[in-house]
Amino acid sequence: MKGTYILAIESSCDETAAAVVRNGREVLSNIISSQIALHTLYGGVVPEIASRKHIEKINPVIMEALAKANMTLDQMDAIAVTYGPGLVGSLLVGVAEAKAIAYAAGKPLIGVHHIEGHVSANYISHPELEPPFLCLVVSGGHTHIVMVEDYGTYRIIGRTHDDAAGEAYDKIARAIGLGYPGGPKVDALAKQGDPEAIAFPRAHIEDCPYDFSFSGLKSAVLNYINIEKMKLRDAAKNAADAGGNTGADGSAKIDPAELVRHGVPTGGDAEGTEACPDTFSDGITKADLAASFQAAVVDVLVTRTISAAKAEGVNTVAIAGGVASNSALRNRMREVGEANGMRVLYPEPVLCTDNAAMIGSAAYYEFLRGNIADLTLNAVPGLKLGER
Amino acid sequence: MRILAIDSSAQVASVAILSDGAVLAEYSVDYKKTHSQTLLPMIDEVLRMTETAKEDIGAIAVAAGPGSFTGLRIGAATVKGLAMVWNVPVVPVSTVAGLACNLAGTDALVCPLMDARRGQVYTGVYGFEDTTLVEYVPDACLTIEPLIAKVNELGRKVTFVGDAIEVFRAKIGQSVTVPYSFAPIHLAKQSAASVGWLGLQLLAEGRTVRAEEFVPTYLRVSQAEREREERLEGK
Repeated sequence: MKGTYILAIESSCDETAAAVVRNGREVLSNIISSQIALHTLYGGVVPEIASRKHIEKINPVIMEALAKANMTLDQMDAIAVTYGPGLVGSLLVGVAEAKAIAYAAGKPLIGVHHIEGHVSANYISHPELEPPFLCLVVSGGHTHIVMVEDYGTYRIIGRTHDDAAGEAYDKIARAIGLGYPGGPKVDALAKQGDPEAIAFPRAHIEDCPYDFSFSGLKSAVLNYINIEKMKLRDAAKNAADAGGNTGADGSAKIDPAELVRHGVPTGGDAEGTEACPDTFSDGITKADLAASFQAAVVDVLVTRTISAAKAEGVNTVAIAGGVASNSALRNRMREVGEANGMRVLYPEPVLCTDNAAMIGSAAYYEFLRGNIADLTLNAVPGLKLGER
Repeated sequence: MRILAIDSSAQVASVAILSDGAVLAEYSVDYKKTHSQTLLPMIDEVLRMTETAKEDIGAIAVAAGPGSFTGLRIGAATVKGLAMVWNVPVVPVSTVAGLACNLAGTDALVCPLMDARRGQVYTGVYGFEDTTLVEYVPDACLTIEPLIAKVNELGRKVTFVGDAIEVFRAKIGQSVTVPYSFAPIHLAKQSAASVGWLGLQLLAEGRTVRAEEFVPTYLRVSQAEREREERLEGK
């Protein structure tokens, strides 16, 4: 079958991935080796551990991608690799490997921007999609509203001033004892809760109508939990005092069983989690907290993206990145977008997570434009969008 | 048959092409650590200068560690990519043993000192019977005092080699009780020719791995793992 075949490699964070993509749109194979289980022990990605794992996995993952596609390296038209942004140690493994493969096999090398890859995942899931369109890129490391003016031409319209949306999810998940990675777990718990139970703040940034800030929201949630914890401790203490259960020195002895009954874990907890009650005062549950937090995040993401789309005069809005598989975000964006006469698109979940198929898609358009890298291609951890 | 040899374990980037009888080319740069940008162009250069076609290459010898984690991985990923495409075996060579081979044939013991930071060195003690490498102290990550104790215990003349010589020169002067010397500057740092020379011997012994099997030898866990272990022990 004729066409342009690209072997793509992605190792910017904690996923080792390789894929074979035809003409930027058709995925012949998409292999992802995830390290999540390893990093769960530490409550987040440990760069050195991630880099070590990439070196172990990269050849088997590439070989599997070629085998699944039923193709050989000789049949590839180019080798593509993510060269930024990301963790430098992780990026370097993919970049050094891709360069060596391209050199040894005599194939052109294409360096791809990780976020452009995420945006391009939509080209795979929606073969009819063409620029211009507006894209919200949300993940553990990124929160950007991007105007995709043409293939390979991007303009950033909004960005976060502090935490990425996915990062806020991870921190809140840790605080309420859900562990890492937080996004899917908070999303699942939020489905059982009331999104209007607690009114968390929606930050507006003066003169930057399409920018985000999640650190205030994160603090508000953590403060809420801490105040609730104190209330429960006081209640337990009062109950103990009322029962005359007082130590010889007059200090209140808190019956550990009392605390456990309220759902406050008393001992050292598993790593990456902290003690958090299951229920709060006024009958509010942990699920309500998750739902209210998620509502605050989704609300700002959706309203700012849709108003940016209006301002830019585009009627196609896409979502990309790890948080793009969040059900509340997908539903709300579609609802608000459609109410404004816009088409809302997002990739299937496997293309939202870090993967190499999306890199192969972005690389195809770079290949068509003749953007070929040389053997000095380096990892650029802080690579800016649209930078070459 | 030729072999390509690579060492990117420290500040030196070094590549070489060896045949059975000669070092056909060696290219070493001890300037700034930009291995990810320089290593592959250096490989390209030595292959072109020696008119080496990929069919001529029988194996790739690589300094497998210990050393800079990132440096080792840049070398490892480069070698894994090349060896996968060329379909040749990888010969992992101890970085420390490779350094010792800079002085192959000496009648003194050789003690490589690679700066491992945090007051430690990646080290070992080697000697030669004619030109055959003999290991006296296996590769390890040590502070200088126990290493000097081992060197003194061996009771033989020793030559120190490696990029941590300057860091520990004074300490060695105070505590080493056997006759000692320091390698001259042209022999003091990593050399791909030495890695290739030892690699040819290991290749003859069949001590190779496939590209997908090869991983660096770090001799040290990550900081996060170390801190976690300390925390668990402290409990």
